[in-house]
Amino acid sequence: MRQIFDIHGGIHPPERKELSDPGFVMDCPPPSKLVLPVTQHIGAPARPIVEVGDTVLGGQMIAEAQGPVSVPVHSPSSGTVTAIASRAVPHASGMTDTCIEITLDGRCEWITCEGVADWRAESKAVLLDRVRLAGVAGLGGAGFPTAIKLASDRAIGIHTLVINGTECEPYITADDTVMQCFAREVVEGAEILAHMVGAETILLAVEDNKHEAAEAMKDASAHLASAEVVTFPTKYPSGGEKQLIELLLNVQVPSGGIPADIGVLCQNPGTAMAVRAALIDGKPLTDRITTLTGMALGKPGNRRVMLGTPIGELLALGDFNSETSDRVIHGGPMMGFAVTDLDMPVVKITNCVLAPTRSEIPPPQPQQACIRCGLCAEVCPASLLPQQLYWFARAKDQEQLERHNLMDCIECGACAYVCPSHIPLVQYYRSAKGSMREASKEKLRSDNSRVRFEARQERLERETAARDAKRAARKAAAEARLEAGDDPVQAAIERAKAKKAQQEGEQ
Amino acid sequence: MSLLHVSSPHIHKPFSSVEQVMKQVLLATIPGVLVMTWFFGPGTLLNIIFGSALALGFEAWALWLRGKDFKSPLKDHSVIVTATLLCIALPPYAPWWLIAVGVGVSVLLGKHVFGGLGYNPFNPAMVGYVVLLISFPLQMSSWTEPRGVGDVPGITDAFVALFAASSYDGVSAATPLDLFRQNSGMMFDGLMTSKAEMAGVIAGRGWDMVNLAFLAGGLWLLRQRIFTWHAPIGMLAALSVCALIGFDEGSSTGGGSILFHLFSGATMFGAFFIITDPVSSAVSNKGRLVFGALVGVLVYLIRVYGNYPDALAFGVLLMNFAAPLIDQYTQPAVYGTKKIEVDE
Repeated sequence: MRQIFDIHGGIHPPERKELSDPGFVMDCPPPSKLVLPVTQHIGAPARPIVEVGDTVLGGQMIAEAQGPVSVPVHSPSSGTVTAIASRAVPHASGMTDTCIEITLDGRCEWITCEGVADWRAESKAVLLDRVRLAGVAGLGGAGFPTAIKLASDRAIGIHTLVINGTECEPYITADDTVMQCFAREVVEGAEILAHMVGAETILLAVEDNKHEAAEAMKDASAHLASAEVVTFPTKYPSGGEKQLIELLLNVQVPSGGIPADIGVLCQNPGTAMAVRAALIDGKPLTDRITTLTGMALGKPGNRRVMLGTPIGELLALGDFNSETSDRVIHGGPMMGFAVTDLDMPVVKITNCVLAPTRSEIPPPQPQQACIRCGLCAEVCPASLLPQQLYWFARAKDQEQLERHNLMDCIECGACAYVCPSHIPLVQYYRSAKGSMREASKEKLRSDNSRVRFEARQERLERETAARDAKRAARKAAAEARLEAGDDPVQAAIERAKAKKAQQEGEQ
Repeated sequence: MSLLHVSSPHIHKPFSSVEQVMKQVLLATIPGVLVMTWFFGPGTLLNIIFGSALALGFEAWALWLRGKDFKSPLKDHSVIVTATLLCIALPPYAPWWLIAVGVGVSVLLGKHVFGGLGYNPFNPAMVGYVVLLISFPLQMSSWTEPRGVGDVPGITDAFVALFAASSYDGVSAATPLDLFRQNSGMMFDGLMTSKAEMAGVIAGRGWDMVNLAFLAGGLWLLRQRIFTWHAPIGMLAALSVCALIGFDEGSSTGGGSILFHLFSGATMFGAFFIITDPVSSAVSNKGRLVFGALVGVLVYLIRVYGNYPDALAFGVLLMNFAAPLIDQYTQPAVYGTKKIEVDE
C-alpha cells in the first residue's frame, strides 16, 4: 500500500452521487442541431474553415487551431452548416462567442478514420501532432490543450503520470462512469501518455467512494508493472491537481508553477481515453461522457453526449421538470457556473449538467457581516487566509492581496461553503484576480514602454556623443594642420593650379 | 423559466450561520451562569436578562442612527452575546445604571462607532467592563460572598439591588484574588487555609467551581468547532508557565500556585469566552496561539504586580491593539511557497 499524505483543509459536503448511476452509459439520440463554439479550450480560438451552406461529415475538421496553444474543432456527425454566429457559451461570465451551428441530417456519416499502426514505433512529434489535430483538450474541467501539456520539456523530465479519477465534486459521476465502463481504454490511454512523456510510474488515483471504478482500474491495469491504483479518503477538493499531487507524493507544486516543474503530469481519465481514440482509432474528440443529474430530472444518469448538444435538449432527455427548478448548473455545485441560456451547448469541459430543485439547492441567503471566525482558513486547501483576502479584496488593496498570495487560490469554494455569514467569497476573489491580472498586464506594458523609451534616450545620447566626438576630432585635426602651416585652402588652390598647368602642358 | 444567475459554490453547509454561532456561544455560558447562580444567587441571571434587553434597545437605536436596516441584524444574537459576557463579568446585584452604562458603552462605543458587527478592533464587552472599572471602582469591586444555595440573596433582593436608589452592599466580600492582592506577610499556603474564601476544592471557594463550569462550556464550543484550541490553550499554558516560574514555594511575596491562577477569577471565562472573540483577535491559528499566550502573560503580570486584582479585561484590550501586528508575523505558509529541496 502506498502511503497517503494529508492535505490542508477540505470539506465533506453531501456527495449526492447516488442520483446518477455510474455503472452504465445511457442512450443519447442525436439532437436536431449542434452548436459548436470555436473556443472549448484554454488558448486562442480555432478559426472556422467551413462556410454556411457547406455539408459536413462526422469527424471532419470545421475549425482549425490558430497558434500553438489552440486546438481544432470537428463535427460530431453529418449535416449542413446553418450558421456561424455569436451564441451563448458555457463560461462563468455568461459571455457569447463564435459558434458553428450544424443542422444534422440524421445519417450519421463519418469520414474514414485511420489510427497509427504501432504507437510505440512512432516519434513523439508524430504522436503529439495527432493528439493536437484530434482536438484533445483536458476533459476534467479546465480544457487545457493536451498536446501542449504533453510537449512540455522541463529539464527534470516527467517521472510520474497521475490519472486523476478523484472526482471529488458532489453529484458528478462522469469520470466514475468512464473508469467503470471504459477501463481498458483508459488504461491504454494512460500507457500511451506515459510513453509519450517518458513517465516510469502511472498512478491511477481514485477516491474511496468509487469502489467499482477502483476495481475496474485494478483489473484493467493488472498487466502493467508500472501502474498502480491508489485509493484515498473522500474529501473535497482532493481532486484539485495540486492537492492530489501533495496527497500522493508529499510534494507541493511551487507557487505560480505547474506540475511538470516537479516531474508530474496529471490527466483526467476521459482525456486519457480521448488520446487513445485519437491515436489508435484516429478519431477526433467529438463526444464525451456527461453526468445529467439533479432532483428536477426524472431520468438522471450518464450519457455519451455529442459536443454541441444544446443543454436544453439534453435536459429534455432527462425528463426535466422546470416547475421545480430555477437554476441549471454547468459542472458541479462547488465550482460549476449557472447556465444563463438553455441553448448553451455541451462542450469539451462539460462533465456535468446539474438541475436541482429549489428545495435541493435553495437560493443563496443574504450576506451578513464577516465575524472573522476563521472557519474559512480552516478549510482552505491552499492554506490561504480567506477572510483577510476578503477584506483586502473589498479594499482593493492589491499589494496586500499579492502578499497574501491571492493568485494561489484555486477557487474551490470550500471557504464560501462553510462561511456562517454566507459571504460569496469566491466571487470577490475572481473579481480581484481579474483586476490584478489587468494591473500586471498594465505594469508590463508600462515597463516595456519605459525600457523602450530609456533605450531610445540612450541611443540618442550615444549618437549625439558620437557626432560631437567626430566633430571635435575633425576640428582638432584641422587646427593641427593649420598650426603646422598646412592651410587646406592654400593647398587646394595650389592643387588646382598644378592641375591646370598639367592640362595646358598636355595640349 | 427564468434562470437564477449566481456564482459558485452553489451549495452551503447546512445550519451554518452567524445566528447559529451566537446561539451556541450563549448555550455554552449556561453551566457557568448556573454555577454562579448557585453560589451567588440570582443576581447575575437578572443582570443578564436586564442587560440583554437594554443591549437590543441600544443596538436597534444605533442601527437606526446609522441608517441601517435594524430588523435582521437584531436577529443575529451578537449583541445578546456581548451583553451576556459583560453581565457575567459584572458583580451580581449591580445597580441598574451600572449595567446600563456598561452595556451602552459596549454596544455604542465598543461596536457601532467602528462600524458594527465584525468591525470592532476591541472586544466590546471588555471595553464596557474597563470603562466601568475605571469610572466606578467601588461598585465594580462589590462581589458577593459565594455562600451557596440556601444562603444567598433571593429574587426580591436581586430586584431591590438592581433598582434601589442606594447601592446594595449588604453582602459584598473580598474575592480570592482580592485577598491574594492584599496579602502581605502571609505564606501562600497559610493564606489558602486561614481564610474561608480560599478554601475551595481546587482554588478559591465557589470560584473554582465557576471556572470549571466555564471550562466545560468552553470545551463544548471547542467540540462544536466554534473556535480552535489555539487561543485558549495559548493563554492557559502561558499563565501556567508564568505561575510556575513565579511560584517560590509559597512565600508571602510569591506569585501564587498554578491551580490558583487557573481556577481563580475570570481565567476560564476569559480563555474560552473572551479571547476567543474572533473579530478582535489575531486571524491565523499561529497568530491566535501567540495572542492567547500574550494575554496569559499580561493576566499574570497584572494580577501579581499590577494594581488590579484581576487583569483579563486589560490584558485582552492591550492585545487587541497588538493583534494586527501579530497578524503581520504569523501568516501561514501558503501551498507551494515552502522551500523545496532540489535533487541534484
